[in-house]
Amino acid sequence: MRMCVIIAGLVFGLNVGQEVASAASAEHGKTAFIQNGCWQCHGTMGQGSIMTSGGKRLAPDPLPWETFSAFVRSSNRAMPPFSEKILSDNDLADIYAYLLSIPKPPDTASIPLLKE
Amino acid sequence: MARLLSRTRLNRRKFMAGVALAGASAAPLPTDAANAAASAGSPDAARPSALRPTAAVAAAETGTPQASVQAGGAPSSDFMVDVIKSLDIDYVPCNPAQSFRGLHESLIDYGGNKKPEFLTCTHEEASVAMAHGYFKIAGKPLLVLCHGTVGLQHAAMAIYNAWCDRVPVIVMGGTDLDASKRPPGVPTFHSAQDINALVRDFTKWDDQPVSLQHFAQSFVRAYKLAMTPPHEPVMIALDCGLQEQALHDRSKLTIPRYVPTAPPQGDMNAVREAARLLAAAERPVIIADKYARTADGVKFLVQLAEALQAPVIDQKGRMNFPNTHHLFQNGRAQALLKEADVILGLELADYWGTVNGYIDNGENDGAGLQESHIKPSAKLISISSVTLNTKSNYQDFQRFQVVDVDMAGDAQATLPALIEAVKQALPTNRTGNIEARGAAMKKAWTDARDRTRQAASYAWDASPISTARMAMEVYAQIKDLDWSSVGGDRQLSSWPSRLWPMDKHYHHIGGPGGYGIGYNAPAAVGAALANRAQGRFSINFQPDGDMMFGPGVLWTAVKHQIPLLSVMHNNRGYHQESMHVQRMSSRRNRVASLGKDIAPVGTRLENPTIDYAKLASSMGMWSAGPITDANELAPALKKAVQVVKAGEPAMVDVVTQPR
Ligand code: HEC
Repeated sequence: MRMCVIIAGLVFGLNVGQEVASAASAEHGKTAFIQNGCWQCHGTMGQGSIMTSGGKRLAPDPLPWETFSAFVRSSNRAMPPFSEKILSDNDLADIYAYLLSIPKPPDTASIPLLKE
Repeated sequence: MARLLSRTRLNRRKFMAGVALAGASAAPLPTDAANAAASAGSPDAARPSALRPTAAVAAAETGTPQASVQAGGAPSSDFMVDVIKSLDIDYVPCNPAQSFRGLHESLIDYGGNKKPEFLTCTHEEASVAMAHGYFKIAGKPLLVLCHGTVGLQHAAMAIYNAWCDRVPVIVMGGTDLDASKRPPGVPTFHSAQDINALVRDFTKWDDQPVSLQHFAQSFVRAYKLAMTPPHEPVMIALDCGLQEQALHDRSKLTIPRYVPTAPPQGDMNAVREAARLLAAAERPVIIADKYARTADGVKFLVQLAEALQAPVIDQKGRMNFPNTHHLFQNGRAQALLKEADVILGLELADYWGTVNGYIDNGENDGAGLQESHIKPSAKLISISSVTLNTKSNYQDFQRFQVVDVDMAGDAQATLPALIEAVKQALPTNRTGNIEARGAAMKKAWTDARDRTRQAASYAWDASPISTARMAMEVYAQIKDLDWSSVGGDRQLSSWPSRLWPMDKHYHHIGGPGGYGIGYNAPAAVGAALANRAQGRFSINFQPDGDMMFGPGVLWTAVKHQIPLLSVMHNNRGYHQESMHVQRMSSRRNRVASLGKDIAPVGTRLENPTIDYAKLASSMGMWSAGPITDANELAPALKKAVQVVKAGEPAMVDVVTQPR
């Protein structure tokens, strides 16, 4: 199952086959992230906003898969929940793969515009 | 109503009557027949209304009347100009209209189009919003002229914004009251018994003067009331007959001298009680919204906060407190409120919403989750002038909040007394505690700044371009100038006010007040006009949805050479509504229909996308974009800054992340 591959990739490091699998799903995950409206409140790179995601960031370093998926399915606070009926397990796993694929931003010290 | 009609005027009116009657009742005649009828001067002949006038008709419409309207007297509207000039009003943004043609003509020909000077607007909503933005920088109201009925209907939303934002605008609407004499057809469609009724719920005062002396009193009174805190818009209905009648004896008329009203100060007993609570507090918090009316307001708040070493949360209805000060603690607002034992609210538009949480999650029978954010024992103090001026219909007074010490008064006018009272109430043995509080705040301020910079680095290289990146690319280009941010920044996650050092009263101008879209673009142009007089550089982050409500104001900025850098925050949608509909779909367990777009149907400005650079250049404005690669921002912005420094407006269209 694709989701297991991703999680295995996360926990044990990636071998070549897993890398291909997770790359493919990350690509579809990006589409699913847009199609399912996640980008609206979280930004296209999961960077979030104090205005729309309570300042929560989804990437890089997303929450562990269990916490992540449980939150998306059952959020009853500021985020509307996404049930399996409207967002399949596969799509959610792909979204997770996409978030995993987002690189860390440059160090603030290396961005002149963010220095004094 | 006094109404002196000369023969010429009567003739013109008869002519107009014929035109309008024909428009209503007869099928259009062939052009020749119509013009023949017109030149025959027969008022009864049927004529269509939209035909090219003959020379005779044109002369009647535009030429100098043979027998002057003012036979034996000056135009009454000249006197109105004298009244208006007595109040040193700088500009009159307006879209021209027949119902105030008398005053219009007097303002330009008798008044010399100076103080006030006309600003040609393409929509009354823009006229009022320009006045709104102008006041926030200049501290002076503008006069807005509008057509009484249809023009005022256009203006109404912007007047509501000004009302909610406590901003004075002197609105004057032309109307033709005498039903037996006014031209039928269009001018009658555009007249009403009481045009002011349309905006009475959200203006502080209105009047419909019936004589010139009455006009003088009304106008000065309107100005005075508008300029007494709480500042609010006012409305005057201006009869056509009154404008156009002849004035025979000017010497009988007087113009009342304007003497500003002192702003209301909070009751001294309440001030002392508030000071006692604040001085004894372990964890006091100060929150300011539409508080600082002038630079002095900022100075007072710094003094109060420093005396207590109390954190300040600036809700940014005005530029209230320098974000460079260690007591500026917006980043920790929720945590501070949760722990607070005394909270001082200064001109809060929404006290309930400040101390309570609301989560739009459908719980509570659909009403959403509502919970207190403060300790039950926390003592609340309020100083607000809005209590002095509340109306019933529109709900801008917000939810009811119980407060312990409630002062009806202007917060800025009350602060000097409060500062003194606090200094007297502070026990000397608590100096150590207060200093320790200050030291903790310094550390919290530095930590918050580092966290904010860190947060800004995410999606730094993204396309669409991150709003933090856009904000900092702009700042890099203007930081050495005397700049003023004249647009809202909430829609770009408030990055400018979180990352740019803001310590001057004009560094930002707050928001629209009533959140009626269509405010930002014209208010920015109005504020930029006020900054122009100070030689300041104005920068506006311009949301795309707001732009499309009234793009004509770009032309007004070019026409009147108002230097303003507009940077489009072009997220290609009505994004707030995208999220609302998405929220409803998820809550109802349905997949949101996107059509061909990338957010729910009906909420996107795409397919086709809008080219804002072309829109701006079509109106003669320098422009660049759409820019989708963050690395292309700096060169485009650099050029745009040069254009603005040379005294012209410029636009850079940036395709952005949603927030
Ligand atoms: C309408 C806005 C909205 C949409 C759409 C939305 N979210 Fe959220 N999301 C939020 C908000 C607000 C929070 C913060 C919730 C809180 O802290 O209570 C959040 C939090 C989260 C969190 C928890 C992050 C953390 O660190 O605690 C995850 C995971 C998440 N969202 C994933 C998603 C995914 C995946 C989608 C698309 C399927 C999505 N969200 C769509 C608004 C939204």
